[in-house]
Amino acid sequence: MVRGMAKYLVNLPAVTGRRLVIALPLIWLAVFFFLPLIETLQVSFTSARRGIPPYEPLWGIGDDGFFTNFTTGNYALLLQYWSDYFGPAFNSIKLAFFSTLVCLIFAYPMSWWIARSNEKWRTILLVLVMLPFWTSSLLRIYALIGLLNPNGFINAAGLWLGLIDAPIQMMQTDFSIYMGMVLTYLPLMILPLYAVMVRLDADLLDAAADLGGSGMQIFRTIILPLTLPGIIAGSLLVFIPAVGEFVIPALLGGPDQLMMGKVLWTEFFRNRDWPVASAIAMLLLAILTVPIIYARYQDGRDTVAEMPNPKRAEAG
Amino acid sequence: MGRMNGLVLSLGALGFGILYLPIIIMIIFSFNAGKLVSVWSGASLKWYAGLLENDQLLSAFGTSLLIALWAATIATIFGICIAVAFVRFGNFRSRLALSAIASAPLVMPEIVTGLSMLLLFISMESLFGWPSGRGVDTIIIAHATFGMCFAAVVIQARLRDFDMAIEEAAADLGATQPFIFLSITLPVIVLFLSITLPVIAPAVVAAWLLAFTLSFDDLVIASFVSGPGSSTLPIVIFSKVRLGVTPEINALATVMIVVVAVAVIGASWAIRRRLSGRDQNQ
Repeated sequence: MVRGMAKYLVNLPAVTGRRLVIALPLIWLAVFFFLPLIETLQVSFTSARRGIPPYEPLWGIGDDGFFTNFTTGNYALLLQYWSDYFGPAFNSIKLAFFSTLVCLIFAYPMSWWIARSNEKWRTILLVLVMLPFWTSSLLRIYALIGLLNPNGFINAAGLWLGLIDAPIQMMQTDFSIYMGMVLTYLPLMILPLYAVMVRLDADLLDAAADLGGSGMQIFRTIILPLTLPGIIAGSLLVFIPAVGEFVIPALLGGPDQLMMGKVLWTEFFRNRDWPVASAIAMLLLAILTVPIIYARYQDGRDTVAEMPNPKRAEAG
Repeated sequence: MGRMNGLVLSLGALGFGILYLPIIIMIIFSFNAGKLVSVWSGASLKWYAGLLENDQLLSAFGTSLLIALWAATIATIFGICIAVAFVRFGNFRSRLALSAIASAPLVMPEIVTGLSMLLLFISMESLFGWPSGRGVDTIIIAHATFGMCFAAVVIQARLRDFDMAIEEAAADLGATQPFIFLSITLPVIVLFLSITLPVIAPAVVAAWLLAFTLSFDDLVIASFVSGPGSSTLPIVIFSKVRLGVTPEINALATVMIVVVAVAVIGASWAIRRRLSGRDQNQ
């Protein structure tokens, strides 16, 4: 009895401390991450007004008692001007999809090359991949502009070498957007691919080759299935942020390359229509729900990114 | 396989080319006397000199540095809490909630995070009078919020490895439940500070650096939650770049990239040396 009480008293700070360790981040994230999303949802159902803040409160208690300003008008507006809002949405998905594909085309051989190098070269190449990841993507996109501009480096070099007669329009095209996406997101595709490729058993490939498998056969039946988790993880890491990307279409795209991030930005900062901007944010979230949930589900099963996941802890 | 190796090498080389050509060209032309990133008109350091006299860029740099230092520190402390909760606390009641809310910011589009944070700050201001207006403090809160989720991921991995190693060692020594014994004789916090923290220190440093970088580079979220007089470096760079290529940005980018390159190469060299040192001891 006394021993039990002593044990309880000794453990008391530990138990309180434990609660604190959980509660601190939970409360912080609930207040500064979850509540804001609820607030955005609310604002997406109010109407804009002139004033500060530039939207009506969704509900409140005034002189006449409880009142609401609930309206679905912002979503109706998105539907009414279908092509102005859903056009960019489809465009975002299309550009993100092909950016993911282009990243995969470059990242796959790069990761293979890194995974098959000897240890010294592997470190060097990995540092080369990580280095851009640690530098500002804004500055790297800025550097790309210097390359692609009508009077930029590529055009100047092409003219000087006589390869082209007049500057080629590369900026403000799909090409410049894809280049920007590859420049920004390539490391995110390489890292999970590298992680699965480095674990690939070289003996397996040798055995397959000894048994007479052609290069294509070995790739299709062994390499591709074994690296599929890396392909999926990398693709999600690129696709999800690419859909909501703002900086790349804003700096590299033209007026025709509208993407959702840019449309939201314009509604918010230029038109100052915060409710419509909030509705676009909700639309963007709705589009991303499927890949985000799929990413978490994937993470529960395997992959590289160590995301918090209760399933894994239960298994382990 | 010879043909495939050729394809692999050329695509791989092209990939590295795409990553590095823009940066290399920019670094070279930051020493150009002319304004263009295409015509070389003699070597000059004048854009670097101009950088030192550009008060707008320098003060934005100071603002960004202050924000990133605070945001990374808060993010790391909370990141340690999240990681410890997930790795050490088993199945506590709010585990699923914390897990969902700590991983969602990792995949949330920045533009949604930025907009929603601003809306929250505005409604908090009208309800409680805090935060009054937007500025450095609101940017720090926003950056710490997504930074702590990234920090948690980094620290968690290291903590899990450490716990497994400790359990194996304890089992080797014949102990069955080392943690129960230790937690009765010593307060857990002392144990954590004296044993766990030094071991996971490299991950804590890495997490802090990651949170610092994310904060220092962020344009989108800061644009929403910044106020007058709190323009961060990316905000100033973005507004300058929109107006066209500015040679001073070439100089600034070169300085920043060289600093990061030295840090990253130095860190990986140090880790490599430590690892090979450990191999020799065995």
